[in-house]
Amino acid sequence: MHWWHRSKRDLDLERELRSDLELEEEEHRGNGLSSEDARYAAMRAFGNPTLIREQTRAVWSWNRVELLLRDFKISVRTLSRSPGFSLTAVLVMALCIGTATSLFTVARSVLLRPLPFDDPGKLVMLYEHFRAPSMNAQGFNYNLVAPADYYDWRAQSHGFADLAALRWWQFSLTGGDGKLPEIVQGRGASWNLFPLLGVQAAVGRTFTQSEDRPDGFVTMITWSLFERRFGGDPSIIGKQIHLDGETYTVVGVLPKWFNWPDAKVEIWVPYASGLPPAVLQHHDFHFTNVVARLKPDVTLDAAMSQIATVQYSLHQQNLNAPVAEDVASRTLTNDVAHGVQKPLMILLGAAVCMLLIGCLNVANLMVARSTVRQREIAVRCALGAQRGALIRVQLIESFLLSLTGGAIGVLLSLAITKWLVSSWHELPSAQSIHADGVVLAFACSVVIAAALLSGLLPAILSTGKTVMAALHASSRSAAGSQSRTILRKTLLTVEIAMTVVLLIAAGLLLKSFWRLRATDLGCTTDRVLTMSYSLPGKQYDTPAKVNAFNEELLTRVQALPGVRGAGLGSAIPGGGAGEDDAFTILGHPSSTPGAAEHDALYRTASPGYFATLQVPLLRGRLFTGEDRNGHPNTCIVSHQLAQQFFSAENPLGAHLVVSARKVECEIVGVVGDTLYQIGKASQPTIYLPILNGESNQQNTLAVRAATDPLSLSLPIQKEIAKLNPQLPVSDVFTMQQIVAQSLGSATLSASLVLAFALLSLLLALVGLFGVLSYVTTQRAGEIGLRLALGARREQVVRLMLSDGLRPTVYGLVLGLAASLGAVRLVQSMLYATQPLDLAVFAGVAATLIVAATLACLLPAWRASRVDPVGALRME
Amino acid sequence: MPKKTQQRANLLVGTLDMLILRTLVWGPAHGHQIGKHIQRTTNDFLQMQHGSLYPALHRLEAQGWIIAKWEKATDRNREFKYYRLTEKGRKQLSLEESQWKQMTDAVARVMWPVPEEG
Repeated sequence: MHWWHRSKRDLDLERELRSDLELEEEEHRGNGLSSEDARYAAMRAFGNPTLIREQTRAVWSWNRVELLLRDFKISVRTLSRSPGFSLTAVLVMALCIGTATSLFTVARSVLLRPLPFDDPGKLVMLYEHFRAPSMNAQGFNYNLVAPADYYDWRAQSHGFADLAALRWWQFSLTGGDGKLPEIVQGRGASWNLFPLLGVQAAVGRTFTQSEDRPDGFVTMITWSLFERRFGGDPSIIGKQIHLDGETYTVVGVLPKWFNWPDAKVEIWVPYASGLPPAVLQHHDFHFTNVVARLKPDVTLDAAMSQIATVQYSLHQQNLNAPVAEDVASRTLTNDVAHGVQKPLMILLGAAVCMLLIGCLNVANLMVARSTVRQREIAVRCALGAQRGALIRVQLIESFLLSLTGGAIGVLLSLAITKWLVSSWHELPSAQSIHADGVVLAFACSVVIAAALLSGLLPAILSTGKTVMAALHASSRSAAGSQSRTILRKTLLTVEIAMTVVLLIAAGLLLKSFWRLRATDLGCTTDRVLTMSYSLPGKQYDTPAKVNAFNEELLTRVQALPGVRGAGLGSAIPGGGAGEDDAFTILGHPSSTPGAAEHDALYRTASPGYFATLQVPLLRGRLFTGEDRNGHPNTCIVSHQLAQQFFSAENPLGAHLVVSARKVECEIVGVVGDTLYQIGKASQPTIYLPILNGESNQQNTLAVRAATDPLSLSLPIQKEIAKLNPQLPVSDVFTMQQIVAQSLGSATLSASLVLAFALLSLLLALVGLFGVLSYVTTQRAGEIGLRLALGARREQVVRLMLSDGLRPTVYGLVLGLAASLGAVRLVQSMLYATQPLDLAVFAGVAATLIVAATLACLLPAWRASRVDPVGALRME
Repeated sequence: MPKKTQQRANLLVGTLDMLILRTLVWGPAHGHQIGKHIQRTTNDFLQMQHGSLYPALHRLEAQGWIIAKWEKATDRNREFKYYRLTEKGRKQLSLEESQWKQMTDAVARVMWPVPEEG
């Protein structure tokens, strides 16, 4: 049947029904009824002609599509008739769906998308695992592996198809090509790493076994460096570049997609390349990541237990040294995402909460609308509309809202995702973060779920009535509107409860963030500029040359106008853990032969280092220009080290032995504790004079300025270039920037969760306001009666307020109860903040009550202004 | 409005089609006649609801079991939509009839068992 036959068919049906109705009427007239009575009797017998037409039409097969189109048209028309409602609903949906989709995109990319390697499910990252719980608190349960341990694991176990090693390094890249020197992040990779991952070079080849030795000066570069610095010219293969002053031959270029373990890594060299051969023999020099591929028929447990056996015997052979008892593993994907997994899940949870609140809010708006449309629905019922059809129209409306909101939301999420990736520096870049089919499917299912949630409930409720009840419902005390109010209040209660959970999570994260920000690094962060360089050992091969450069630089920088002080050290507070070393104290009871060694952060410092950073001297003296080249061999220790090992005794004059360096030195001073990273506890620290003249070491210059520290950055870099034009400078930051960087993740999660919570609060308050306004209108007659009978206006305000605040209080109680469990999820992200922080809980409760009261005040006040005469006349 | 009819017997699902087809065996009839015929033949036991009669007629027509034509009535000067049985409809009727018989026989055997002989 074609649509153009449609009208003919309709006319035909119309004619048929009319003629039969007339026959019926005739029959009744024949029975002696008057013509009018006969007509009514016929119509009664006949039933609802519209309904009959509808039902007959339903037989015509293409009817369904046509009905849907018609309902669609009706929905668009009704929605555009109330643009305020539609716009609000669409915006709420867009924001909520957009945010949830974004976080899902990031979470899927980072946590679920497999790394682009061969059979990535079989790849694990292995670590040394110290069993003592105290060690775990410092992160030593996933400790980097010592090179000799790695070699022994590889030689003595058979559970893995192969094990490969990689180590962190940073190179100064200088080319004879006239380009500026630069510092480039690099990694050393054992020759079998790329075959193990299943990665082939895009140009050239990967490393060979014979190149993986201390004098294997070959390198592979990543695609980004290849394009950025070498113009994407494949003739780079076989050419030479200079890393740390050493000449390396380029043998290969990695493929464009290869961003592992980090997009910042641009240079790869063989694992052993450039390392002193002795270092490779160490069981207690931890700097290696080990990647392993499981054999197809061996379980992870079995493979791990083999390696654990090897490691335990190594531990037994090196009881004094920090050699772990055990090994631990993480899948490669988890390893990459390790730092962001928790905050990501919390953000995703918060976004989903907000999405639910948004849906509840739209549901609430729909209920409110269906109340306003009671008459319309009643008339439709009377005209023969079926309940299913009415529900369908409402569902189509909510689908339209969700779909429009979802479409805008998906576009929005592209922008949000982009922003999130660019501002969340901890996000791993090994997998590219982008929306794909799965994300789209997620967005679609969210849209459908949102539409059902926000449409079905109100639709069922508003249509579940007979015609007469619906027509009566416009009068005063309709039961239907009461049940609708109850539904709206229930929705509100749930909404408020979820808002409370979000607010509490946000409050805790915020408090923790403030605590972090208020942390005292132990030194000044005001007007201090820092920058790093590393003197290549090839060029600076004697301590005298190293000292000459460092001292000359300090003298020149101090002479610059606007410089208050300059110091040089291997690390600065807040700049990361850096190097740590085991040590013993000569003649100290804690260091009897055979006892385990202690661990401390190892730093070098120039005489002016402490004064420049304003780290207080507590006892003894600071370094002078005389403390150089190990004559006399002196050191300074931090307050914590002194407390821990010398409590009451005088640490000055005691002798420490720094194990890995085999250096014996005398303690000449004690300085205040500093934090190596914000959010981490301070560690015992040993400082040695930088004038001992080690080369190949990262040096950080710290300069305190009289005014803006960044204005000094160029003059200082010019001075460095004058001393050595080939020396690249990196990490030019003010101390405040360094602090801000280490707060980055905490800032992001705290502010995002706070934004979600505040938005949810706003949504809940809008809902509250709407419900109470509606109740006020509903009860206008009753209130008018009360006023007419002598109730005072304050009483009416109090009545309405208590009506509005009841769902708030229920929601609050429910939310607080739910929070008791929910805070466990954020617990591990908190710094110096208890999960059950009374102030946060009380603050949230107070905020909610105050805000809810404000939202209720206007409708309550309006209720008290009801004109009794007018209200009663309306009845 | 529908209350009164609901107190009488509702047509068993699917039997309406059969009754309409059977009615048309007597000759062409329009909707009103078909309804009245079924009602009268059953002594008003089966009350036709127009809400189900017309959809059923159109359904049967769509199946090709009956055809409809506007014709002048023999007893008056007016056109009515007359339905008549097609050959296909006749076959369908005998099929439904035998099924119905089997069905009622089966039900009867359960309800009023005949003692077995011998």
